[in-house]
Amino acid sequence: MIAGILERNPRLANWIWGFKPPERSPIILVHRRVYILPARLGMLFAATLAILLVGAINYALALGFALTFLLAGLGLVGMVHTARNLARIGVSIGRAEPVFAGESAQFRLYLDGRVRYDRPAILARHVGSGSQFVIDIPAQSVVEVVLAVPARRRGWLPLGRVLLETRFPLGLFRAWSYVEPDARCLVYPRPQRSPLPAPLAEAAAGALRSQAAGNDDFSGLRAYQFSDSPRHVAWKAVARSDDMLTKQFTGESAAELWLDWRLLPAALELEQRLSRLAGWVLAAERGGALYGLRLPGLEIAPARGGAHAAACLQALALYQPS
Amino acid sequence: MKGVPHPLSPEFRLVTMRDLLLLCGSLALVVAPHATRAPWWITLLALCLYAWRIHYSLNPAPLPARWLVISIAALAMLGVWLEYRTLFGRQPGIVLLMLFSGLKLLETRTHRDAAAAAFLGYFLIITNFLYTQSIPTALAMGAAVFAITATLIGLSAPNRAPRANLGTAALLLAHAVPAAAALFLLFPRVQGPLWGLPQDAYAGMTGLSETMSPGTLSRLALSDSIAFRAEFDGAPPGPSLRYWRGPVLWDFDGRTWRIGAQSVASFAAPAGSSATYRYSVVLEPHNRAWLFALETAAMLPQGSRYTTDGMLLAGAPVRGRMRYDLSSVITPRSALDERPGDLARALRLPAGSNPRARVLAAEWRAASRSDSEVLARALGFLRQGGYVYTLEPPLLGTDSVDEFLFGTKAGFCEHFSSAFVVLMRAAGLPARVVTGYQGGELNPVDRIITVRQSDAHAWAEVHVSGHGWRRFDPTAAAAPNRVDSGLARSLPETQQALFMRRELEWLRSLRHQWEAVAHKWNVWVLGYNPERQRELMSHLGMRNADWRGLIAMLFTVLGITTALLLAWSLRRMPRPDPVQRAWRAFCSKLAARGIERSPSEGPRDFAERAARSLPSARRAILRIGALYIGLRYGREANPRRASDLRRLVREFRPA
Repeated sequence: MIAGILERNPRLANWIWGFKPPERSPIILVHRRVYILPARLGMLFAATLAILLVGAINYALALGFALTFLLAGLGLVGMVHTARNLARIGVSIGRAEPVFAGESAQFRLYLDGRVRYDRPAILARHVGSGSQFVIDIPAQSVVEVVLAVPARRRGWLPLGRVLLETRFPLGLFRAWSYVEPDARCLVYPRPQRSPLPAPLAEAAAGALRSQAAGNDDFSGLRAYQFSDSPRHVAWKAVARSDDMLTKQFTGESAAELWLDWRLLPAALELEQRLSRLAGWVLAAERGGALYGLRLPGLEIAPARGGAHAAACLQALALYQPS
Repeated sequence: MKGVPHPLSPEFRLVTMRDLLLLCGSLALVVAPHATRAPWWITLLALCLYAWRIHYSLNPAPLPARWLVISIAALAMLGVWLEYRTLFGRQPGIVLLMLFSGLKLLETRTHRDAAAAAFLGYFLIITNFLYTQSIPTALAMGAAVFAITATLIGLSAPNRAPRANLGTAALLLAHAVPAAAALFLLFPRVQGPLWGLPQDAYAGMTGLSETMSPGTLSRLALSDSIAFRAEFDGAPPGPSLRYWRGPVLWDFDGRTWRIGAQSVASFAAPAGSSATYRYSVVLEPHNRAWLFALETAAMLPQGSRYTTDGMLLAGAPVRGRMRYDLSSVITPRSALDERPGDLARALRLPAGSNPRARVLAAEWRAASRSDSEVLARALGFLRQGGYVYTLEPPLLGTDSVDEFLFGTKAGFCEHFSSAFVVLMRAAGLPARVVTGYQGGELNPVDRIITVRQSDAHAWAEVHVSGHGWRRFDPTAAAAPNRVDSGLARSLPETQQALFMRRELEWLRSLRHQWEAVAHKWNVWVLGYNPERQRELMSHLGMRNADWRGLIAMLFTVLGITTALLLAWSLRRMPRPDPVQRAWRAFCSKLAARGIERSPSEGPRDFAERAARSLPSARRAILRIGALYIGLRYGREANPRRASDLRRLVREFRPA
């Protein structure tokens, strides 16, 4: 119920958890942000203490009292130590490599112990996805946690809320804290495989140069189609990747390939268009072609190489129709 | 939480082999003292259960099925019932818990099971205290608490080095001590018990009983355990004067002496007291109401009663260690106004028993002119009759006095006193048997006299007309050493227990040291009760502290200790750098005005850009930027400048 209320009132949640998301890293978990409550084992422990106390009173056992009170003190001390295990940890973020929609973004979190003692058994859990790890932070060191967050849609994927929790040392208390660092991951559109457009497809659209696809010169690879001759299948490329690719040949070398928004059927929806274009970028890059990208209001000049592909995919990921 | 198993939740975490072995070890530590007291088959069964579980953790296989564990539990309960004919006494309860600890281990798979077993271990510790609360027990159980705590820590951090976990356990326990001490001293103590205790709750307490028959005291005298300790203000009386008076036995059936009916009298201090001794007694629990006093008590301890035959009775059976203050005078007791009914009772003998002793007594009576002559003849008879004082007297039949006096001629103090009283009664002198302790060992370390069960003694009181009841010790007549130098010197050496041997003087002195410590422990730790708590409170200036005052004080102390601990836990943590914090506050203030620092932008560039965008605040911005650069990248660490920076940032309000 409380979780529901907090979900509906983000401002209340921010006030309670003691921060306003997203936060710049490094984030230090100050004591005010560390919450602590008895865990279920703590309740069992309290029940044990109650029985011990009654026994000590009933049989007037001085050492029974001593034992009961030592254990009560242990519980109290355990609470402070549990909070201490989490307090003032530094959380900073690492680079999250871009992924395609449908894959998982790999967010890197660096947990800095910042103290001369170790901090064992700390759970880092991504609240949204449930992706989680239990780690031990050795004294004076930083530990990397990679949280896999499913990327469903293209664009920027914020990391969201991360729970840090510990029950060390006695397991009687559960101390936790939430962080929401300003980490984000670029999500490319989900690539859809379709045959590459012909090089210089602009010609077909009424441009100056006309060049038909031929069998003379290798110009690149495209996705395999049933009608393709087995002789043209790029077996070496197939061996490297799982895709069936067909070699493309043109009459002229060094052809420029334009991956143009307008080449796609007009009936296609926006996301599908972007998916097709992303597929083309991948295919063109794999084929080693020189390719450019054209979107409404945006043009990336033909080039090749990883940086170029990344730029094209980023443009597709962040494309907003005007 | 969205259905994903929580990796820290104890229900899902499996116990590692290391933690399981540690758990078995620490539980074994707790159960070991019980194992020596339990019936052999239960010890064996518990051992098998532990070994079985260890076998499973060394050779991974599915644990035994639940029905198997439950049927073992049922069989064990049946066995315990057959052994004790009940399941609810103290001993059967403990034995069952012992078995359940093994059974719990057998179904321990997860962290939660293991933690529950560890808590059971904590509980089993207290059951050991039902038997003994001595210093060695406390140390052993302290070790067990440490082991169980280390186990719990290991369960929460399975990947951590065991050494580190032991270190954490020691740290936690050390930190828990102040809070534990505060709770021990200040937690409002209630005088137990809260409800009826099982029948056998006080089994195993040794001491004198309401009856005495041949062999009772000689068996008791083999026990080395302590009956009570007495601490005198000033010099204690010599050993031959230390008669600690206990139950008075009136009724004889030819073999066994009994207390019989008692009536309470009002106490009158003995007249003509010469030397008065003030002392306090710490009495070990003996599950009887009587208290022991040096003959003759000159006052009554608080809350006690007095009987017509001079016994001191506590309000209830002494079931916890009890302390009382007393004063006594060493003077022949003289109560002239003895009731005639009592004197008739002190002459009664069972018809037809011990005929030879009666004949002998009648001869003495006939040949004597006075009571004192009869007494002298009787004592002389015992002195010269060739009687042997021994801890191992031969067994006697129904006419025990005749057999002893004319047959075996070897006995312990109960034989001598019994025979003497029978002879006196047969000669027409009212007499009774008094049991108690004689002597006691003076500890040179703390000047405390320790009286053991081995000092148990029985003597006689004879009513001499004109003098009242007078003490006669027939044992002293036969074995004078017994009274002057204690049991050890009056027995042949082969019958002496190890601690009694003379040649082991170093052992004795070690023993004295140890007992001085043990006495302090008894008085200050084990003897801490509601009364002591009130004393402590009035020392602290809280007179008449009730439970509310105690609770308030307790919470104050606990709050302070916890706050100190919290301060300690934060002490070694670097605080967020104040300079860095000020700079971040500055950046966010600018960001609120739409001037955001890009990650690649250095502080100088950013400050200049911000100054250009906000000309009104130009000076402040550039000043803050310069201060920050100086503090962050410069060599100077000037606290004045850092506070300047913080103040400037605080006051910075971009319009």
